[in-house]
Amino acid sequence: MYRIIKKLLSNTTSLIGLLLLLIFVLIAIFAPYIAPPLFPDPYQIPRMSWDVEPQPPGFPISDDMRYIYESLGQPIARDKAIFGTAQGGYDIFYGLIWGTRTAFRVGIITVTCSMLIGLIGGSIAAYFGGWIDELLMRLTDIFLSIPFLVAAMVLTTILGRGLDKVMIALIAFGWMGYSRVIRGSILCTKEEIYVMAAKALGVKDFRIIFFHLLPNTIFPVLVQASMNIGSMVVTAAALSFLGVGAPLGYADWGQMVSFARNWIIGSPGKAGEYWYAVFFPGIFIVLFVLSWNLVGDTLRDILDPRLRGEL
Amino acid sequence: MLSYIIRRLLMLPLILLGVSFLIFCLFSLLSPMERLATYINDPSVLKNPQAAQRLIDKYHLDDQFPAGYIYWLKSLVKLDFGWSPTANQPVWEAIMQRFPATLELVFYSIIPVILVGIWLGVISAVHHNDLLDQTIRVTAIIGWSLPTFIFGLLVLFIFYGILGWLPPGRLSTWAQYVVYSGDSFKNYTYFITIDSLLNGRLDIFWDAIKHLIGPIITLSYINWAYLLRITRSSMLETLRKDYIRTARAKGVDEKRVIHQHARKNALIPVVTVAGMMIVQMLGGVVITETVFTYPGLGFWAASSAQQLDYGSVIGFALLFAFMMVIGNLIVDISYALIDPRVRLE
Repeated sequence: MYRIIKKLLSNTTSLIGLLLLLIFVLIAIFAPYIAPPLFPDPYQIPRMSWDVEPQPPGFPISDDMRYIYESLGQPIARDKAIFGTAQGGYDIFYGLIWGTRTAFRVGIITVTCSMLIGLIGGSIAAYFGGWIDELLMRLTDIFLSIPFLVAAMVLTTILGRGLDKVMIALIAFGWMGYSRVIRGSILCTKEEIYVMAAKALGVKDFRIIFFHLLPNTIFPVLVQASMNIGSMVVTAAALSFLGVGAPLGYADWGQMVSFARNWIIGSPGKAGEYWYAVFFPGIFIVLFVLSWNLVGDTLRDILDPRLRGEL
Repeated sequence: MLSYIIRRLLMLPLILLGVSFLIFCLFSLLSPMERLATYINDPSVLKNPQAAQRLIDKYHLDDQFPAGYIYWLKSLVKLDFGWSPTANQPVWEAIMQRFPATLELVFYSIIPVILVGIWLGVISAVHHNDLLDQTIRVTAIIGWSLPTFIFGLLVLFIFYGILGWLPPGRLSTWAQYVVYSGDSFKNYTYFITIDSLLNGRLDIFWDAIKHLIGPIITLSYINWAYLLRITRSSMLETLRKDYIRTARAKGVDEKRVIHQHARKNALIPVVTVAGMMIVQMLGGVVITETVFTYPGLGFWAASSAQQLDYGSVIGFALLFAFMMVIGNLIVDISYALIDPRVRLE
């Protein structure tokens, strides 16, 4: 473990990744101070005006909006939209800052839950073998037969709009990779002598799985999980972009990009006029995914010594 | 070899049955009333409880588990996927009408990926660790981190918004008029690029190409990055093998060593990637077509999902799941054809 941390810190690319992640964590923690909420529900993005079209960075809050927030009893800490406003007057800066919390929540919850499902399914299949293995692995195959994004889109559509529904859909179709990896490594490990010794002593099957086998085989799964956080967040954002994810006005990066979709081309004669509407949300998503990828890339190098220093 | 293929073909109906059952389970999360709405094209029927109940009975939507599933399967075999309010036509017709557009896009996205990805990967491995290699690598990592919808919007922003080169959609208005309403234009394959050449209309061919380039790049850049990485690492591994050293020691020309001896063996893991490419493309089609308002299956599915048109979404999921199962089968068989070791498993 110590060796891995040392390696992560000594490698330039993974160091950049870790630093970026640290910045995102700080943004998520200090969101209430960076962008003080104007609604009782902090994930509701405040609107700076009733304008349909996006407004450029530095756009001041309109008078009727100021009146509304003041009558709600909320002090207005910032009266300018630093990154401009998206379609419908939504404050881009606010949406991105609070969207960081959404991203971490979606990434960590979906990856943890799908990893747990995959671990339980995969280890039971590998340990007991026979028809249980056959059944669970065919189930995995069937779940893998629907393209991930399509499956998530269908399930979210059926369950209805909302971030919790998005997470359920991502978990329901995201566990198969982990179950395959853990099955593979337990199949190798269960022949080891210490497992046989435990069996001979009469240790219960589930105790062997959870206290003897999993601690010795879980590491590759954890690496895979850390690398999946970025892609889970992107898929959730893609669902919001397609219009089946987070509800309207919810602080979510995908939604900020989908706000920009209709304006990307600009108006006649002023090409690229609304660049900020896609630029800032795009930068946040790309850096978030990039940081996880950089860390994950190094972790994989450490795990697979054959490719050390080559990939 | 033959027994391997036959075994895989015998598994096919079982997997398809399993997939259809999974999708039926998703469908069953809806109430019978909501499922009924996917079968009828006149929503006013739903307001009359008795008429609705009669229809629910007619379509067996409230039946117990095996009966309801079997009835649903039967209706699928009869190509009765329900009614799509989004397309204002039966789901099956809507699918068939949009299928060629998506197929054309996917077809042109796969070929350049395989050629360019492998070519760059080989270059990258041969020039291991020098500037060219580093540039290709960094570009690939950044490409890997760019989500499809952001990349697509960037392409649209730069090449349409600013430069005005690559317009969204599938055809310009004037070309649409010629292709869809004139009698002079004959459809042979429903691939506009091919049909326009067969009709001798170079202007329409050029228009179709201009509309295709943006979606093609968007759909395939992730696969370029991925294929490049895999080719590079497997090429690096192969170049260190003994038989390569032998070939070099014998004085074989370096070009011949790389292209004849090394590349062939380095390509085996690349075939596995093709399986992942299928998954990525089938999902990517939805986003790419939505970004470019390209009138194919993905665009239709996304707008159906937004309008809670369940019948269309389920029909789309079934079709894409079937395509993926068949695609994976083809990949597995070609894998076995290339690498004899797989057959023995």
